Amino acid sequence: MSGATVSSRPVGQLTQGLTIMRYALQESLRRRVLPVVGVLTVIFLVLYALGAHFAFQEVSDNRQVGFGVEIDDRSLAGSTLLGLAMFATLFLGAIISTFLTLGVIRGDAESGLLQPIAVRPISRTTILVARFAGAGLVSVVYAIAVFLLTVVITKVTGDFSPDRLWTATFELAAAVAVITCISVLASAFTSSTAQGITVLMLFGAGLTSGLLGQIGDALDSGTLVDLSELASKVLPFEALYQDALYSLTADISGTTGYLLSLGPFGGAVDSGAGIIIWSIVYCAALIAIAAALFRRRDL
Amino acid sequence: MAAALSVHGLTKTYKGGKEALRGVDLTVGEGMLVGLLGPNGAGKSTLTKIACGLVQASGGEVTVAGAPAGSLEARRATGYLAELFRFPAWLTALELLTLHQRLAGSGGGSAEREELLELVGLGDAREVRVEAMSKGMQQRLGIAQAMIGAPSLLLLDEPTSALDPAGRRVVRELLVELRSRGIGVMLNSHLLGEVERVCDAVTIIDGGRVVAAGSPAELAGARAVEIETDTGVVRREGVERDAIPALVRELVAEGRDIYAVREGGSSLEDAYMKVVGSGDRGRAAPGDDFDDPDEPGAEAER
Repeated sequence: MSGATVSSRPVGQLTQGLTIMRYALQESLRRRVLPVVGVLTVIFLVLYALGAHFAFQEVSDNRQVGFGVEIDDRSLAGSTLLGLAMFATLFLGAIISTFLTLGVIRGDAESGLLQPIAVRPISRTTILVARFAGAGLVSVVYAIAVFLLTVVITKVTGDFSPDRLWTATFELAAAVAVITCISVLASAFTSSTAQGITVLMLFGAGLTSGLLGQIGDALDSGTLVDLSELASKVLPFEALYQDALYSLTADISGTTGYLLSLGPFGGAVDSGAGIIIWSIVYCAALIAIAAALFRRRDL
Repeated sequence: MAAALSVHGLTKTYKGGKEALRGVDLTVGEGMLVGLLGPNGAGKSTLTKIACGLVQASGGEVTVAGAPAGSLEARRATGYLAELFRFPAWLTALELLTLHQRLAGSGGGSAEREELLELVGLGDAREVRVEAMSKGMQQRLGIAQAMIGAPSLLLLDEPTSALDPAGRRVVRELLVELRSRGIGVMLNSHLLGEVERVCDAVTIIDGGRVVAAGSPAELAGARAVEIETDTGVVRREGVERDAIPALVRELVAEGRDIYAVREGGSSLEDAYMKVVGSGDRGRAAPGDDFDDPDEPGAEAER
């Protein structure tokens, strides 16, 4: 033993947070499930490309359906395909964000993974925020990458581009970030398995409420619409997703636009800029609650 | 100079009303090795976790190097190895130590990492992932990570429970070395012989209270001695260690040949059994040492 002098020096919480974030990123990249996700994503993209290729072979730009009514088949098919791709991307992003935040608080504490890190001179809030940021970053980048690839495939196979691409992409990414927040909060209350089940059930509940809202719109049912709006406040990833869908076809009007609004993957609801602000407040509140619970928790 | 660890009137009541600690006083001075003994559920792990900031105290005062336990300053001065710990399976030994160096703010760099791995006998396992290590190797790696940043207080909760005899010897020698460096160590262990052999002081807690404290010699008191002679085994009870040479001289003067001198069983174990008795204290509190199957003293070295 050389007895070399080593000293610990105060390190800023930002530096510590970046260390934890880097650790979380490494963890996400080295987990064995990620190659599986990669393979499944490639399979999804190949199937999407095949589907888009054959779908666009059947369409024409403007089709007369009688009484002077004209439908833009290319826009109808392209929007619906991209809406489907957006749903699939959101689902995959939700799976990844849930997986990457699995057991961040209670699960890791119960397994003994958290204690060696929590005794270091780093605040628990920093640990939590850094873990959220790491998982959120991977999930968001994944969702953006997959969605943009589907946009490219749609453009190449059918020469169709969405109306407001970057708005749609941003809102899709924000929806995935909101799901990550919900998962982090769930990790404060539940063990890993229960956390995964809880988040995926909430995800399903959000999407269901969105569909109910669309049905309510079509049937002119105020109650259904009100319930859907309430659900979109409680689970704002749904409202972001709906708004992203809307952005895909915002400039399509006429009969084509009306037909799109009736489908599950087209048209949808314009939630306005307020949903972004609400989502930021919502995420901040969720992280603050999770951090408060984490700080008080005996490990 | 502040003590490495100072505990005054420490109480802890968990949710549900379980009183884990009921007014514990304890001091670990610089360069002092203190053994913490007690049956399962006595409050040892709770005390250790409060000292390193993982569990919040209900009352009393705990300071580490003069700073309130759990504060960033206190945690900067603390190294900790939990009884039940896990490291990320995908990290190598070097990567794990690098991560903890960054979190601890250690400026030791690769020299510190290499030195610590050599110290715990993992010099050849630096690139081995945690998932490929035996439990004993992981425990030694845990000791190395606890020593990162040269903390002034080391809290070791059952650090040798998964080690073979050779590994335990390495840790014993390491503890003695740490003492010479002025590092205060609190060793939470069921291995009474090990505690007796290396610790300067021992605190026995039971039911959340200190029931005995002092040096191992003070607690052990006089012990039996067996001397194997040409005419048979001579057994004397209650002989102080310092009196053994005189006893041997006396027998030699009587014309007997001496073949061996053996001290009796661990008298710290006797003292422990006297103040604690046998058996556990019911269901352990959260965070306490609830799954150790060893009976106290079961592996005491003689």
